[in-house]
Amino acid sequence: MADSPTVSYAPTEEQDLIRTTARRFLEERLPIPTVRELMMSEEGFDAKVWKDMAGMGWMGLAVAEEHGGSGFGPVELGVLLEEMGRAVTPGPFFGSAVIATTAIQEAATDTQRADLLPPLSSGETIATLAIFEDPRRWSVESPGTKAVRSGDEWVIDGAKRAVIAGTEADLVLVTASTDAGVSLFAVPAHADGVEVSPEPVLDPTRRQARVGFDSVRVGDGARLGGPDAAAALRRTLALAVTALASEQVGGAQRCLDMSVEYAKSRHQFGRPIGSFQAIKHRCAQMLMKVEHARSAAYHAARVTDDPDELAVAAPLAGSVASEAYVWVAGENIQVHGGIGFTWEHDAHLYLKRAKTSSLLFGDPSYQRHLLGQALGI
Amino acid sequence: MSDSDDARVDRLVDELVEAHPPGATSEEAFWGAQYDNGLAWVWHPEGFGGLGLARGLQARINQRLEKAGASTENRYRNLLGIAMGAGVLDAHASDEQKRRWLRPMFTTEEIWCQLFSEPGAGSDVAGLATRAVRDGDEWVVNGQKVWTTLAHVARWGMLVTRTDPDAPKHQGMTYFIVDMTADGVDVRPLYQITGEAEFNEVFFNDVRIPDEHRIDAVGAGWRVAVTTLMNERVAIGGNVPPRQSGYIGHAVDVWAESGSDDPVLRDRLLHLWAEAEAARITSIRANEMATAGIPGPEGSTGKLAWANLNKEITAFTTDLLGLDGTLYPDGYELVRPEGLAQHGPQKAFLRTRANSIEGGTSEIMLNILGERVLGLPGEPRVDKDLPWSEVPRG
Repeated sequence: MADSPTVSYAPTEEQDLIRTTARRFLEERLPIPTVRELMMSEEGFDAKVWKDMAGMGWMGLAVAEEHGGSGFGPVELGVLLEEMGRAVTPGPFFGSAVIATTAIQEAATDTQRADLLPPLSSGETIATLAIFEDPRRWSVESPGTKAVRSGDEWVIDGAKRAVIAGTEADLVLVTASTDAGVSLFAVPAHADGVEVSPEPVLDPTRRQARVGFDSVRVGDGARLGGPDAAAALRRTLALAVTALASEQVGGAQRCLDMSVEYAKSRHQFGRPIGSFQAIKHRCAQMLMKVEHARSAAYHAARVTDDPDELAVAAPLAGSVASEAYVWVAGENIQVHGGIGFTWEHDAHLYLKRAKTSSLLFGDPSYQRHLLGQALGI
Repeated sequence: MSDSDDARVDRLVDELVEAHPPGATSEEAFWGAQYDNGLAWVWHPEGFGGLGLARGLQARINQRLEKAGASTENRYRNLLGIAMGAGVLDAHASDEQKRRWLRPMFTTEEIWCQLFSEPGAGSDVAGLATRAVRDGDEWVVNGQKVWTTLAHVARWGMLVTRTDPDAPKHQGMTYFIVDMTADGVDVRPLYQITGEAEFNEVFFNDVRIPDEHRIDAVGAGWRVAVTTLMNERVAIGGNVPPRQSGYIGHAVDVWAESGSDDPVLRDRLLHLWAEAEAARITSIRANEMATAGIPGPEGSTGKLAWANLNKEITAFTTDLLGLDGTLYPDGYELVRPEGLAQHGPQKAFLRTRANSIEGGTSEIMLNILGERVLGLPGEPRVDKDLPWSEVPRG
């Protein structure tokens, strides 16, 4: 067993600045009452806020400068996502600026990147990655969706689900089986034969769609990268899990903060309930889970350049942060008692985000399966 | 700490090693010279094993010494003295007391032990009942201490006693250094559920302690005890073991040897692996923040996390053994263990039950996290202002 690489976890001044700027923006532009309005709206997000986020450089935070981004990496993206998790930020940011952008960076050729990334970095285009088909199958290999060569075109047939940001997307990146393995195609969402159906979702702050492909024709240039994109797709998912872990940490920390504030102010039996060990110990356990999740998430974000270590660190972060957030979000409701179960209280926003996040890219036991593969266990 | 301090201690270490080549010098003689050169506890004042420099420099000194082939084994051999006793003497003792005790402590010529816990004072150690009564220039001690590591080999003990039963419990205590070879000190092995005796019970029967061996003022014992316990926390933190080492490493080895492909057991193993690794990275993060002088909440969760994990992992490793898990290969021989013996899974399973009790129970650790880190209000304390003698006990 090789020991883990030595990395520094302390934030840089630049990362602190990203954090404070993000927190201020989200508090001003997307405070919880606004989030609640958006989550009940048809669109689920505010195009004006999206534009202003783009103006802050968020969509291109981890995109190279030559492609219109700021050239930061997964650590800075993690800081931003931690703040978004804290604010349960609605909208297509994670689907487009994280997952789809990463897929293009990992799978596409230089020319395709130069073509596709600038409009994503500027927020003009919203993209999504359509990869999953069966509810409990998270592998990228052998999708049921097929792409068949016809002259100098590809014809795509199949159906995808759990397409995050699918309802907002202008561009759908879709995986399909070909003779050579699994390929990734960039398909305009309005192309003939593409049908996007919004899903009723557990977490209304993160929209999903089913996307059907009925004899959809695209040119050869729409295939991103080479004939077999499996390795690039696996890496994309590892990076998505890594990014999501930071968002989960931000949400879990907010749940802990809510519980601690409430335990200090709520009185029963003539005492603040936080003075009872039953509540105090629960909060302390929450703190421990949050700190462990933070460690796993921060570690993964810092080792993305080391493929062997990322193979361990990403599923480690995915399993630990997912379980921590679901548990802490649930305990937050318990600490609040009856009020925590009401629609009016914000606790359910976090529980719904937590549960959804723990399933999106493979549940914790699937993440541990990947971890075991990386460790030879 | 400035670069010039770094350079200064580097130079002093090099000079020490040159004057006393570790290969050709006895360990005790080397440690004596290390003390005399102020490199034992570098933050202590000059003349008392230090140079009055930043505490953080000690790790640098120790690393450089080890690199040069010098032993730093004394820190483990006399753990309670060097990690805790020295801190107490530095903060509370007279110069004369420091001169008497610090050097032979560092050279391990005199081993130290700590006498705090009592059968009736566990988590509530401030409720302790061992009595010290003044008799001229001496104190006469009667009572019982428990869970005392190294008492059977120790020359000196850090002893907290009750000197004023009519004061509230935190105010009526006095702290002494007791000669463990004095008449009336009776040390008996305390056998634990593993069949071994790592600890002792210590009985005091009219033991006489000269007043010069009192630390700080009469009635100031709690303050001194708190210093001791704070040094314990510092000593317990520090080194982080490598990935997949210790109990989880052993669990992985046992899994591999078992040849099992049971998916349920595999998931349990990986779950424990993930939890252990997250706790380990948290310790690394805590060290980094503490070194940078910004200690955060990550520094307070380690004891609690590892107590839980050690118990769960060793229970799981015993499960992996199947019917062999029902055996106890060493037998229950009721012996004192030699050094830090490698525990088999069954003995480790038993031994780790104490991890959530020793050095602060997990319940107390949760209180500390809740109150000091999260700022939650304390429990109402019914005994705070009562005279100790009126507090219900038992």
